[in-house]
Amino acid sequence: METLEQIKTRIEAAIAGARLVIIQNGSPAGQHSLLVDNEHGLAVAEFLREAADLRFDYASNVTGVDWLDAVVKKTIKVKQVIDGVEKELDQVVEEKKPGYLEAIYHLYSMELKHGPLVLRLRTGDRGEQNHVPSLTSVWRGAEFQEREIFDLYGVIFDGHPDLRRILMWDEFKDFPMRKDYVEPDDYEYEPTAHDEVLEKAASHNAPKATG
Amino acid sequence: MDEGLKSELQKQGVFVTSFEELYNWGRKNSIWPLGFGLACCAIEMIAASMARWDLARFGAEVFRPSPRQADLMIVAGTVTKKMAPQVVRLYNQMPEPKYVIAMGACAISGGPFKQGYNVLKGIDRYIPVDVHIPGCPPRPEALLHAFMTLQRKIDEQQLTGAERPRHLVADAPSEFPVPQYGEHDLEPANNPGLWHPPSVRR
Repeated sequence: METLEQIKTRIEAAIAGARLVIIQNGSPAGQHSLLVDNEHGLAVAEFLREAADLRFDYASNVTGVDWLDAVVKKTIKVKQVIDGVEKELDQVVEEKKPGYLEAIYHLYSMELKHGPLVLRLRTGDRGEQNHVPSLTSVWRGAEFQEREIFDLYGVIFDGHPDLRRILMWDEFKDFPMRKDYVEPDDYEYEPTAHDEVLEKAASHNAPKATG
Repeated sequence: MDEGLKSELQKQGVFVTSFEELYNWGRKNSIWPLGFGLACCAIEMIAASMARWDLARFGAEVFRPSPRQADLMIVAGTVTKKMAPQVVRLYNQMPEPKYVIAMGACAISGGPFKQGYNVLKGIDRYIPVDVHIPGCPPRPEALLHAFMTLQRKIDEQQLTGAERPRHLVADAPSEFPVPQYGEHDLEPANNPGLWHPPSVRR
């Protein structure tokens, strides 16, 4: 298989305007992934499946990731004049990074026996802009897994043939795999509570503030 | 009736019994389970019904495919919140007298999955359970033990008085409310008329 950089160059040559970013994986596995913009997601997927020496004909896994809004602290050097002497001072600047949801596709080629290629799609944010293109039309096997991501993370896959909840019931409103999910408080009976469960049982049994 | 007299009469070819004994004898020896399983415990339940453990010895070999013909519900496996209303509905469709065995850690408490947002913490929150079997999953021997416990329980029941079985109490409920799918959880999260959280002393 070609390197990810080579594949990226080829996609950019084949699909005009496609914005691709290689996300580095710092772990020993070094399994870097390819972030694709939502407008060209479907075209890139089709290219990866059809290109003669790529032939990624098998999406083995589709999964979701929730990235919360984060505040990144950066230390920058600022020049300041103190008592007539110019000094370099460290200043901590807080930068807000909006959160987003991700759908990650692991692609293999059955025909050429190579892979995986990790493809990422990102939503705009965790609120209203929670859309990514559905790749079910390219890999039929992605249908249920995209439904599962919709069910548990609340990512809306545009172009999906049958987007509805698959594990939870239709009336359910929450997205249980999101990091800020609050589970129902049914800790009334915990005979062997410890750690996290003990805290939850204690807060359940604590006298509720009236008012 | 005096046991000694009864045995003496039997030696003379006179069989004496009471209606209560006959009634309970009939009830306890033909407990037909409802043929349904929810998870891995069901495999042990199936094994218990096959030749090696032979549930037929207890008159319970006929797993019924319809709740209308079943006497016993073996809740064998994890009850997810999505499945719980169906389990309660099946129980409601069974005719009296009916019994419930909660088989395995999941059915009695949620087991290893009890911290999951999608798992019911014990089926006794919605329907009355006669025998609980711990284990993950319980061995077929444990299920046989539960059967014998249930049979003993039936055998010891008196048909009159305050302790009589539920199906002989005119105003005792035979059906229990089916929980509804709510926006965040099942509604209600348990049947308050049936289940009260036991107090935990530390």
